[in-house]
Amino acid sequence: MDYFFQQLINGLTLGAVYGLIAIGYTMVYGIIGMINFAHGEIYMIGAFVTVISFTVLGLVGAGPTAVVLMIVLVSALAVTSLYGWTVERVAYRPLRQAPRLAPLISAIGMSAFLQNYVQLLQGARVKTMAPVLQGGFELSHRADGFVVSISYLQIVIIVLTVLLMVGVTFIIRATPLGRAQRACEQDKTMAALVGVNVDRTISMTFVIGAALAAVAGFMVTLYYGVVDFYMGFLAGMKAFKAAVLGGIGSLPGAMIGGLMIGLIESFWSGYVNAQYKDVAVFAILMLVLIARPNGLFGRPEIEKV
Amino acid sequence: MTARFKDAFLAAFIAFVLALPLAGVRTMDGIEGLTLEWHLADVGIAALLIFLGRLLLGLIDDGYGAYVAPLAFLSGIVSVLLPMPSHFLKVVAVLGGLVIAGRAVIALFRHSGKFSGVSVKFNGFSKNLTAISAILLIFMLILPFMPFASRYAMDVAIMVLTYIMLAWGLNITVGFAGLLDLGYVGFYALGAYSYALLAQFGDIGFWMALPLAGLITAVTGFFLGFPVLRLRGDYFAIVTLGFGEIVRLVLINWTTLTNGPNGISGVPRPTLFGLDFAREPAAGQTAFNDFFGVAFDPMQRVIFFYYIILALAVFTGLLSSRLRRLPLGRAWEAFRENEIACAALGINRTRIKLAAYSLGAMIAGLAGAFFATRQGFISPESFTFTETATILAIVILGGVGHPFGIVLAAVFIIGMPELFRELEQYRMLAFGAGMVLIMIWRPGGLMTVREPTVRLQSVTTKI
Repeated sequence: MDYFFQQLINGLTLGAVYGLIAIGYTMVYGIIGMINFAHGEIYMIGAFVTVISFTVLGLVGAGPTAVVLMIVLVSALAVTSLYGWTVERVAYRPLRQAPRLAPLISAIGMSAFLQNYVQLLQGARVKTMAPVLQGGFELSHRADGFVVSISYLQIVIIVLTVLLMVGVTFIIRATPLGRAQRACEQDKTMAALVGVNVDRTISMTFVIGAALAAVAGFMVTLYYGVVDFYMGFLAGMKAFKAAVLGGIGSLPGAMIGGLMIGLIESFWSGYVNAQYKDVAVFAILMLVLIARPNGLFGRPEIEKV
Repeated sequence: MTARFKDAFLAAFIAFVLALPLAGVRTMDGIEGLTLEWHLADVGIAALLIFLGRLLLGLIDDGYGAYVAPLAFLSGIVSVLLPMPSHFLKVVAVLGGLVIAGRAVIALFRHSGKFSGVSVKFNGFSKNLTAISAILLIFMLILPFMPFASRYAMDVAIMVLTYIMLAWGLNITVGFAGLLDLGYVGFYALGAYSYALLAQFGDIGFWMALPLAGLITAVTGFFLGFPVLRLRGDYFAIVTLGFGEIVRLVLINWTTLTNGPNGISGVPRPTLFGLDFAREPAAGQTAFNDFFGVAFDPMQRVIFFYYIILALAVFTGLLSSRLRRLPLGRAWEAFRENEIACAALGINRTRIKLAAYSLGAMIAGLAGAFFATRQGFISPESFTFTETATILAIVILGGVGHPFGIVLAAVFIIGMPELFRELEQYRMLAFGAGMVLIMIWRPGGLMTVREPTVRLQSVTTKI
């Protein structure tokens, strides 16, 4: 049972990160119906900016940990959001009226570009960072010495994720921007006719998605302490699966899908074997999709002739 | 004018912020953790270049092309001499100056109405497609005996042909039936491993294994197709993406069968009616060079490979062009254009989806078996998602469903990086940027016009 709880905690931490990235996929898909393949790379850039700003601050010897963390988080957020905005502006906006597959290829190209851009500038080797926030609570001790523990970092990750989820839900539900987003999601032409600035709304969607990915990158960097230029691809794939599992286009779906994938991975590697955890995730995803073709929380598409 | 300055300034500012952390500060592995290397001059100059470029492009739109053209040309030339912190920036400055000058000149001509622009028109082209295909085929047939057909050129040609074949196969699924298959590489891997394992455990030669590999992948595609048939559009794409990943993971982890990440080496080479291409053939086999009484030359095998893949590619091309004219092919196109209307016409959607998916899989399996025998060594490394993305990019850049566009796109995507081998490190960067730019330039792919499958004949029957 103790082992179960430890896996649960690890799985939730992992799932929170996947969920945050998944929101970026699901929002973009909801509004322009396109798989943003470059989103994983945006997350990778968030992680890199985190490492770089930590190293810079470490060299100037900036003050207490909390202040450093805040500065790093803010700079990662700012730069990564700007990347999200630029990617949309450069690679997707000119293709608004193009056939459905054109933006997909453009996104794959953008993803290759960003990956190699970071590799060229920062090197292909894994960057390791000294741990910043250490320690945690021990929840229970067993006679044979097995300890269930939750680290401060895991608490930070879970709390921050919950806060961001509430924040994003609030933006979508109750702000003019959220209203505009929902309007664009339903019908872009109609939204434009009633005075919604469609281009700006779509840009903001990318910015929000990128900001969440930046937070995810920030947290992962603190948690694992390693980044490399290829990390965005795998995490992006997983987050995308999370978005699909929850029903693409649905915000709570993305979060729950992320948590589910984190939990499946953690339990599968804890109880069965670590090599086939990705296969397990895919198998479950397929089973869910066969039973519910629109994902867990997705609305069935209305077919029009 | 002021607006242009403002706009250019904004663009430069954004570029500055984007580049500052990643390009301006490089992390290096130090003795104690990471150390930093500052490259602020690079970032500043990059921002300046973007400012100038954006400004000049804006001025062209405002009708100042006559001033911009010489100015941009001059700055391009001057940048050759100016000291720059990195070679890359210099190349960008020079090329950028020349490209902007070119655009200004084009804009000038367009204004004066003498010149209708450089938009490439491929449309007249498709009428003579049969003739062009025939000429191209003849050229391909005599290619190995051309004076420039070095070992390297043949290797590139084999690679391009492999991708043409793969892309034509994927085109059946994506182009004809409109099913976005992101797990295509899974079938490619399956075909390659089918042959390698059949040869290893069953002692089956290439020519026996080739149809078997096609059969295995087609059947796998068929059974995989069943459960996912209910899914539509992008959900289908995801499940197929999952399939591709699962194949790779199983190949990596099932070490007893596949030898895991180390791969399988010593995949047997094909023979020509029992004639071996080795210098010292195995006991009981005759060497090609001995049989024909010529000197041994490793090129003989390369040329043999070239003809095998040429035959396979031509087979795929003929198959797909014939398929399009069959009722099945028309059903696919109807399905792609409108699923519901297609069902309303009484077409069995399940059957045509399965047919498209397993035919695409079969082509990938054949190509995989060829890949295995060509390389002589296979490992899961060769079958990543990047491969699917490359093939998909060829299909879409070529203009979905257009067989000839695919040939052009394959030459471009596979051949272009080979041309710039020396610029190895910038290859993938240019590849990504090129994909984005081409999509923006021609969102429908290089060749968008599709021949109608059925043309109404002008009826002149006498009553």
